[in-house]
Amino acid sequence: MSRETLFALPARVGAGILSVADQVGGMTLLLGQALRRLFPPRVDRYELVRNLHRMGVQSLPIVIATAAFTGAIMVIQAAPLVIRFNARAFIGWGASFVTFREVGPLLIALMFNGRVGANNAAELGTMVVTEQVDGLRALAIDPIGYLVTPRILAMVVMIVALTVLGDGVAVIGSMITGDLLLDVHPRTFIASALPMLGPWDVIVGLIKSAIFGLMIALTSCYFGLSTRGGAPGVGRSVNASVVAAASGIFVADYLSTFVLG
Amino acid sequence: MIRIQDLSVAFRSPVLDGVSLHAPAASILALVGPGASGKSVLLKSVAGLLRPDRGEVFVNDVALGDRDEAGLAEVRKGIGMLFQNYALFDYLTVGENIAFPLRRLFDLPEEEIQERVTERLVRVSLPGFEERIPRSLSGGQKKRVGIARATVARAPILLYDDPTAGLDPVTSQKIYDLIKGEQREQQSCVMVISSDVAGILSIADRVAMLHQGRIAFDGTAEEARTSQDPLVRQFIHGLLEGPL
Repeated sequence: MSRETLFALPARVGAGILSVADQVGGMTLLLGQALRRLFPPRVDRYELVRNLHRMGVQSLPIVIATAAFTGAIMVIQAAPLVIRFNARAFIGWGASFVTFREVGPLLIALMFNGRVGANNAAELGTMVVTEQVDGLRALAIDPIGYLVTPRILAMVVMIVALTVLGDGVAVIGSMITGDLLLDVHPRTFIASALPMLGPWDVIVGLIKSAIFGLMIALTSCYFGLSTRGGAPGVGRSVNASVVAAASGIFVADYLSTFVLG
Repeated sequence: MIRIQDLSVAFRSPVLDGVSLHAPAASILALVGPGASGKSVLLKSVAGLLRPDRGEVFVNDVALGDRDEAGLAEVRKGIGMLFQNYALFDYLTVGENIAFPLRRLFDLPEEEIQERVTERLVRVSLPGFEERIPRSLSGGQKKRVGIARATVARAPILLYDDPTAGLDPVTSQKIYDLIKGEQREQQSCVMVISSDVAGILSIADRVAMLHQGRIAFDGTAEEARTSQDPLVRQFIHGLLEGPL
């Protein structure tokens, strides 16, 4: 084995670690800059409202469809075991607990990342390569206060709102499927869920959701604004943003599950 | 007035190398030169969009080098800029694009903003285009909207990055007439990059030629036309034989 081959692997690993450190550092700096625009508030209100609408309201159909099917699928998957162990009395609690704590926030975050995160990275990337970001600066507009802070706020607020809605729709989906497939009456479903669920079960999911939203916002804004190299560069940024955010979501989910219990 | 002193900018290799230049008030300075000679980098440095490695840019006697981003934003309120790729905001209508600097930077009543937008659109021969979206416009129309946005705030300094790139000769001449007319009315200090040498010489008071990041020529339009410097002569007259 030649000397070059011997050192090639550690060199590539080192370069990879440096690249990740560079990206995490860049996102942390971006978060700091965005937060500074909140004290005192220097956020463009029109941009905030525009982003709340297109990131939240326009995501409603996909979130409702995903949540409804997810709730139904959970019951379909659980059905053989529920029948075998005659655990019909627990189906309401089981489906709601898993939805609120894990499946709801996680799946909605992944859908949100694919739809809103990718779109945000593409939009910012296109703005960079077509000189629109320079255009803002030339017009004496602060790109962080105008582009980044409103998007971070909109994504965090809207993903939490969508998770509340998605959780509700998923539970209704589970309830309807339970009634049709397992003959569990909705009243029985609710009666099994309510006494065993606490507010913390819902709050944990919403905290996770806010963390995922922040992660999607930061990665998509960072990779979007770091775009170089024309249209192919925009494609690379979108890809990097979606992959990084999805990986980050799973790592954050793992850690927050430990911390939040 | 713009004064550039010993400006050097490098990315991987040097782009600008010790450039010194002066654009007097109420005049048009044309920046010409072969591709990749550093013209756009020079214009962006004047707008404070790029930090030079060495040297200084003075805009109305204000040095840009010692200013942070907020301080630069204050200077930029007195600068209007047209970008090579128009830099129109895709998600805004033509009217909103033109009104953008007025709404964000000045405390003007909405009626006055609308009046000024309408007046700008008439001025650039695009009346009634307020509700159109940028992607539905042709290249020439986008340039004209870009000019309308750059000039709507009546900034005393205007920077145009290749305003006629890719346009037919008639549209190009209309844009040159527009730039000249605006400059005369506002008595502004204008810097224009153009690869259309004949067109830009017809409106420029002074001409600076950049070559490999350095000033190869600085003089009046007439001096540029009659220069015997082989480099300038070849570029200005588009000759095949020469040092370029």
